[in-house]
Amino acid sequence: MEKRIRVLVAKPGLDGHDRGAKVVARALRDAGFEVIYTGLRQTPEQITEAALQEDVNVVAMSLLSGAHNTLFPKVVKMIRDKGMKDTLIIGGGVIPDADIPGLKDAGVSAVFTPGTPTGSIIDFIKTNVK
Amino acid sequence: MANESLKAKMAEYTAKVEKAAAKNPERQNLAHNRLYTPLDIEGFDYERDLGFPGEYPFTRGVQPTMYRGRFWTMRMYAGFSTAEESNKRYRYLLESGGTGLSCAFDLPTQIGYDSDDAIAEGEIGKVGVAIDTLKDMEILFDQIDLGKVSTSMTINAPAAVLLAMYIAVAEKQGVPADKLNGTIQNDILKEYAARGTYIFPPKPSMRLITNIFEYCSKHVPQWNTISISGYHIREAGSTASQEIAFTIADGIAYVDAAIKAGLNVDDFAGRLSFFWNAHNNVLEEVAKFRASRRVWAKVMKERFGAQSPKSWMLRVHTQTAGSMLTAQQPDNNIVRVALQTAAAVMGGTQSLHTNSKDEALALPTEDSVRIALRTQQIVAYESGLADVVDPLGGSYYVEALTDKIEKECWDYIKKIDDLGGAVAAIEKGYIQKEIQESAYRWQMDVESKQRIIVGVNQFQIKEKTPEGLLRVDAAVGEFQKNKLAKVKAERDNAAVKAKLAALEEACKDESKNLMPVILDAVKVYASLGEICGVMRKVFGEYEAHVSL
Amino acid sequence: MDIVAELLAGSRLALSRAITAVENEYENATAIMQKLYPHTGRAHVIGITGPPGAGKSTLTDKLAKIYRRQGKTIGIVAVDPTSPFSGGAILGDRIRMNELTLDEGVFIRSMGTRGSLGGLSRKTADAVKIMDAAGKDIIFIETVGVGQSEVDIVKAADTTVVVLVPGLGDDIQAIKAGILEIGDVFAINKADREGAERLKAELDMMLDLDQVKAEWRPPINQTVASQGTGIEELIATIDGHIDYLAASGELARRRTARTRSELIALIEEHINRHVLKQISSSGQLDEMVASLEKRQEDPYAIVTRLLAAFLR
Repeated sequence: MEKRIRVLVAKPGLDGHDRGAKVVARALRDAGFEVIYTGLRQTPEQITEAALQEDVNVVAMSLLSGAHNTLFPKVVKMIRDKGMKDTLIIGGGVIPDADIPGLKDAGVSAVFTPGTPTGSIIDFIKTNVK
Repeated sequence: MANESLKAKMAEYTAKVEKAAAKNPERQNLAHNRLYTPLDIEGFDYERDLGFPGEYPFTRGVQPTMYRGRFWTMRMYAGFSTAEESNKRYRYLLESGGTGLSCAFDLPTQIGYDSDDAIAEGEIGKVGVAIDTLKDMEILFDQIDLGKVSTSMTINAPAAVLLAMYIAVAEKQGVPADKLNGTIQNDILKEYAARGTYIFPPKPSMRLITNIFEYCSKHVPQWNTISISGYHIREAGSTASQEIAFTIADGIAYVDAAIKAGLNVDDFAGRLSFFWNAHNNVLEEVAKFRASRRVWAKVMKERFGAQSPKSWMLRVHTQTAGSMLTAQQPDNNIVRVALQTAAAVMGGTQSLHTNSKDEALALPTEDSVRIALRTQQIVAYESGLADVVDPLGGSYYVEALTDKIEKECWDYIKKIDDLGGAVAAIEKGYIQKEIQESAYRWQMDVESKQRIIVGVNQFQIKEKTPEGLLRVDAAVGEFQKNKLAKVKAERDNAAVKAKLAALEEACKDESKNLMPVILDAVKVYASLGEICGVMRKVFGEYEAHVSL
Repeated sequence: MDIVAELLAGSRLALSRAITAVENEYENATAIMQKLYPHTGRAHVIGITGPPGAGKSTLTDKLAKIYRRQGKTIGIVAVDPTSPFSGGAILGDRIRMNELTLDEGVFIRSMGTRGSLGGLSRKTADAVKIMDAAGKDIIFIETVGVGQSEVDIVKAADTTVVVLVPGLGDDIQAIKAGILEIGDVFAINKADREGAERLKAELDMMLDLDQVKAEWRPPINQTVASQGTGIEELIATIDGHIDYLAASGELARRRTARTRSELIALIEEHINRHVLKQISSSGQLDEMVASLEKRQEDPYAIVTRLLAAFLR
């Protein structure tokens, strides 16, 4: 079988800090995943459409500006509305612990905060991807 | 020869310790040698390599007495939510002994969008203050005398617009432009390479920058027209040498552009300033500061033939490394910031922002900002580090490291010259790629524990959920949108239309300086988004070169 | 509704999932391709290939935008190499086409080469067929032209655009690597750089030596894709090639040849799989190897015997 886990690494919102997103993208590649990186300033609509066209298993969003409570749930909703029921959606960035339960309720499966080893992200994806 | 004897003794020492190390091994993967001696600075010439503070090549500092006269400017970067809220924080900081302001703008402002733009959703007031029109700027500096305070604005792509607003507010306060003190970051090249808040392509961006150089040299002579920034390059993961090398290469590109635009180098070079990161490795950082001054002095004097000593000086603002703050055991960050502060001060910075302990989690609270400011004050008043000029000068290690960093810097500058300069190197993705490689290596070193970050990959504890974090009220967005709507309803819309049309014409004519036209537009309350919209229409937008 | 019906009814998700089925060799892949086959053969397929860093994605993006303005719908299959070490890949073409993402008339799919040799060209050809069946008028296949497998990929194209760039230092090498033969149209991108004219002259010389292309001498266009320069002219050249293909009967000949080679490849693949599966699961393969090693038999005798047995 030639199956590969496909991941969309997305930067929603306006912040330009893509160090984390790029490091994660490379680490995922080195873990054997196929990674599509969207680049900066992607709207929820763009992220959703890219996820659909690429039929990814995982959408991994990175956001450091504090707009996560607005943008992450919006992406989840749009992805589900498009019929992508199984897509694993995860997020990372400067996200206060207090916000994490709300994001999880909104359908973000995991939130990775600063200092998370890339290995934990890889393990989480391998364990939870459908 | 004295050196021969020293070499022999050094060999003896090395043999001895390596024998001992077989039993008690040293730590592995240390970046620097075990011991530094005069052998490591062979050829060292005090007068040529160091000289005296305030004199070429400025290795020891740009002022003759450094902090014995006046401390560095303690400038705390702040701004969030609305102009109303930020104005309160600024006045608090000035009352607490801060000696300069440093404005953070929210992302829509930094990328030239108004708060009512769909793309601004969720971002309004989050990482800085939202500015839509001159009205916001008037509120932001309410009861702050712009003739007395010096203000640094972290603004790049739309720097001309924010500077114009600042000049306009000052005029309303009765302060003439030639009395204004401050800095705009205005460094677009590092936005392309590392920070990401660009708008226009390189060519019109460089035009805007040289327009500002020219305008300010005539009308706002005390203003620092650019802060050529290594800070964000380092935050994006570069090494110390890469930080200064890529930044100085950017600086060369700006000077080149200004000279091409017909400016005389000594007319603007004295107003160029730099922005370094103060990272964890204290002595490497000190060496970096020293090396950067020496390289820039040589660049300006030898490459550009600048005559004025002011043109040779690398004056620098510093911020402690945000990326080194940990979300784990955040109190430890106070210690990190103290060490970084020591590095910046021993390195000879002209101003300093110290990060607050909670910034890996959220925007800082007033309490944590106070600790960060107190850290500077303790280093200034209690540590003794500020009492002697360049206290580490002459240390074998620091001098050897300074030489090494300088050499690595020249190697990069040569490489970038070969690629056609910093703009071409960025367009080819070279600088981005180098930074990414370093960032990835760092992360892998942390994950393999070759690099220990206390509380992150060693000495972890079960963490409590941190409390008392600052949250930006979600209602800020609505508040800001309403305020903008009100301004738009009350202003003279015919005048706005006319000024924007004039701006469009000026944009199309490359010989025109855009500053006066932008100033006209902000004065009639044309919004930032409207002004940048006109420029977007004429100039187009930058398409990033991304390769992983 | 099944996935094919949904796809034919315009579902983008079904289109996307159908490509996944083919790419991952899911059980339903053959059934999907069977049902879609009658709906294929309508789109014009344009291959875009050239060395890394030539600006292929940016060029594809600009070409697609112009075709969109003409009201045509677009499919893009962008192939990137898979890392031989990790098996992973960064699929980086899409990022240069971000502005097309929200255009409903465009569908972009990134694929990794996944180290498969023979299978890759069939999978990309199938992805093209799926987009074709979904009604896309123009389909681009974009791939790095560095090796034989990439050359095979663009064989699915009606018109192949070879993108070169001055100053990469490997101009001639790229041309030698077999790219010259497959180019119907050449684009010298980043033509504002030094060396563009020299590259054009070299290319002209080589094309003039190539007698096979007597009827259609591949034109050379100069573009600066990042600034949109020369794109209209390139489209005119491509359209010229499309007209030539139709008028000369070459399109029909090419498609017949392609249909034939695709059928042959499929036969080979299936016979291979069938035969190998049988002889390896029955243990015959091991016995044959053992007998060869003892020099009891020779491989030609074995193949003749096998063939006789399977063809009975």
